Amino acid sequence: MRYAMAIDTKKCVGCSDCVVACQTENNVPIGYCRDWVIEATTGTYPDLSLEFRSERCNHCSNAPCVRCCPTEASHVVNGGIVLVDHNECIGCKACIESCPYDARFVHPEGYVDKCTFCIHRVEKGENPACVNVCPTKCMYFGDTDDSNSEISKILKKRKWKTLIPEAGTDPNIYYLI
Amino acid sequence: MDKDFSRREFIKISSAGLGGLALSNPVFNWLKGETMVPGVLPGTYKRVPTYCEVCFWKCAGWAHVNDQGEIWKLTGNHEDPHCNGRLCPRGTGGVGMYYDEDRLKTPLIRRIVNGKQVYREASWNEAFDYIADKMKKIADEHGPECIALFSHGSGGKHFGRMLKAFGSPNITAPSYAQCRGPREVAFFSTYGEGIGSPERVDIRDTDCLVLIGSHIGENMHNGQVQEMSDAIDKGATIITVDPRFSTAASKSKHWLPIKPATDMALLLSWINVIINNEWYDKKYVEKYTFGFDELKEHVKNFTPEWAYGITTIKPHIIRKTAKVMANAAPSVIIHPGRHVTWYGDDTQRLRAVAILNALLGSWGRRGGFYNPEKRNVAKLKLPKYPKPSKTWRDAFPEQYKLAHLALASGICDATIPTAERDCSFKGWIVNGTNLISTLPKPANTLKAIQSLDLMVVVDTMPMEITGYADVVLPECTYLERYDNIRVSAHREPTIALRAPAVAPMYNSKPAWWMAKELANRLNLQDYFPFATEEEELDWQLKQVGSSLDEMKKIGMKKFDREFDDVYPLENLDDYEFNTNTGKIELYSTAMEDEGYDPLPTYTPHEEPPEGFYRLNYGRAPMHTFSRTANNPNLTDLMDENSVWINPKVAKEWDLANGQKIWLENQDGIVTSFPIKVRVTERIRWDSVYMVHGFGHTDKRMKRAYGKGASDSELITQTKIDPVMGGTGMRVNFVTFLTEAPIKGAV
Repeated sequence: MRYAMAIDTKKCVGCSDCVVACQTENNVPIGYCRDWVIEATTGTYPDLSLEFRSERCNHCSNAPCVRCCPTEASHVVNGGIVLVDHNECIGCKACIESCPYDARFVHPEGYVDKCTFCIHRVEKGENPACVNVCPTKCMYFGDTDDSNSEISKILKKRKWKTLIPEAGTDPNIYYLI
Repeated sequence: MDKDFSRREFIKISSAGLGGLALSNPVFNWLKGETMVPGVLPGTYKRVPTYCEVCFWKCAGWAHVNDQGEIWKLTGNHEDPHCNGRLCPRGTGGVGMYYDEDRLKTPLIRRIVNGKQVYREASWNEAFDYIADKMKKIADEHGPECIALFSHGSGGKHFGRMLKAFGSPNITAPSYAQCRGPREVAFFSTYGEGIGSPERVDIRDTDCLVLIGSHIGENMHNGQVQEMSDAIDKGATIITVDPRFSTAASKSKHWLPIKPATDMALLLSWINVIINNEWYDKKYVEKYTFGFDELKEHVKNFTPEWAYGITTIKPHIIRKTAKVMANAAPSVIIHPGRHVTWYGDDTQRLRAVAILNALLGSWGRRGGFYNPEKRNVAKLKLPKYPKPSKTWRDAFPEQYKLAHLALASGICDATIPTAERDCSFKGWIVNGTNLISTLPKPANTLKAIQSLDLMVVVDTMPMEITGYADVVLPECTYLERYDNIRVSAHREPTIALRAPAVAPMYNSKPAWWMAKELANRLNLQDYFPFATEEEELDWQLKQVGSSLDEMKKIGMKKFDREFDDVYPLENLDDYEFNTNTGKIELYSTAMEDEGYDPLPTYTPHEEPPEGFYRLNYGRAPMHTFSRTANNPNLTDLMDENSVWINPKVAKEWDLANGQKIWLENQDGIVTSFPIKVRVTERIRWDSVYMVHGFGHTDKRMKRAYGKGASDSELITQTKIDPVMGGTGMRVNFVTFLTEAPIKGAV
């Protein structure tokens, strides 16, 4: 089983609902976030294109944060979800340095925090809060090892990219383009 | 490319940086010290139904509350067609409205202490007695009609009932003359029916969606944003007309970067092309419409070549996009927009939109405009309201004759006494609308306020308007109160319940209770026959076969349609329209009868003077007007606005991205605060753009104070729509000041 997310940049309007839904769902303190939205404009008026991307931890299959963690606080659980055990984390920030996606931050309580793919929801068979709330339904979550899952089908059908593939982390967030 | 994808860019748009202040919701402090095991949150949770009050879309949802009465999160109701289980960012962040520590907390009465005006905290009894005495005095001296209610939101229904019982029909919302009024009048004149809210556009099933200055996706009108996404999935063609590369423009196959203020020319030339090429729906036009020959004659000179000189849109693009629409017809929507008070000829521009839709046969057809149906809850059995002897209209003889609702700007103007008029308004009750930034010409609004004998402001937040009140009444948020049943017209009729998720915080109270208490003091208690709103709602719900108990469980109830006519004109069935001729009036007899142009014409609008740029304004998806400006969850996403400036213009003025500047308009008015420059290719060189609702001047709103600049301050000119009194507001021009203006300098 390999959990992954595919996000359709053709539909995303950059509204940041994913950010606020994550914040309330996971009690992320105000001033911090586990996901965020990027806007990238290219071209010259009036020949322009615009891409919005909802970004977060890529739950990499080859996760540098897990490898560099001295206390094994950063670890991988079933389905490839990368988590941080808050009790084990000593706040050394090595993982923050190692992450090419800048997806981690130090929670005001001292431990490193980041996206959990809403594992508490996924375990109950629900989608992560961001996927669940998105008004444009531009986010798909599921098991890419299951060729019949919606996400596997959409990744077969559509063109996609991942972020910073050259970092060799084997990320699991896909952007449909 | 990668540098564009840094977290820094994120801070700019979502503004929730890692360097930010940890401002945990106070309620969740109990979490501190406990291990955050994902998925295990202390307490047992229940869900309480509500419908959202952060904007007018009123999505039905659930407040998730624990046994200690603390709100965890808000989610959408899956059955609700307004949101389909997905709240927008504002709805999701609505919880911040409740937790905002800057809320109004107790009633305040203006008093003079040692020669200085101050607010004194008052009891509810003192506040109501004060208001009732003043209302009676105004009624005795000038008549009860001289008290007006301005409202935007659910509370208006309750105060409206009280005021109608008192004898005043002057109940208004800025959502008419400052927003969608021209659209309603234009469609009434053409089809005998308005557009309503949520808009009756069948975006879900359309093949072609045409947006004219309508920035769906930035305006987060939830169901509509969702349906636009569905339409993209289904391969619909989107055509966007906008001087700005809006989010919607970026999703469009055809973006027409029009010169601002020239939309009418484009619309007329589209009509010209569609008629001349016989691309219109002949059977539909013949069967349902009136005045086709007059229209054909009228538009014969409005060729794409003519329009090119005005709009800067090339003739072949005009022809091509007209063909795209015609090919999709009748599954095509020329979207009527929502905020359409732009240039003062807005009813006529929306008439052109209505006509174009009629030529393509989209009204009453799948993928065009559907026929909404609603199920009213039972009317309360109340005594008859007294018949008023005068209305706001008396201040405007022979003007705005097709206005079918009261004008907020009109009542404001009619509050400033003149020699000719003896019926100036003397009292205002203002609920949920910050008139200082809602109405154009703020100096005029302040002048009107100075003429009042009584001003009551009911709000949840210390908005600027509260600073001018004689009495401030703290309303509890929508999460702490019952309100009227939401009755909405949609493809299927629905009703929704708002129940309090938690008890009102501080000394705040629901509007229903305030209106009833005031009614008691005005001897109008018969108009509030129920002891509690729960009893009133339960009675109403039982009349439609539901109950308060049932609604508390389901939140929202769908009814079957009584008539199977979602698309009544799909098969060219007979249909009588509610117009003078019983037809779709391409040529409007209603307009003609009142002395207005029966067919829309192009009028050139004033252009910016040298060194000035047209001020365009709009929405960001995470904010609603100024209502959300201090919401901790939403300011976390966006805490200030910026002024969008084309790189060529920025170069000419030597402006850098992120630089703070002041904006000065054509009348020498300068913004109270500086605003950050956003140098972007997404805007034309002849206009600038900013998001409305920022630049708050009230220090009591700590997160909003001084953040960004207010477009409203710069809207000192309007062009009034002669048909219905709408205030065209995109007629202001600004220039840039790179140094702080010296206070008091001439």
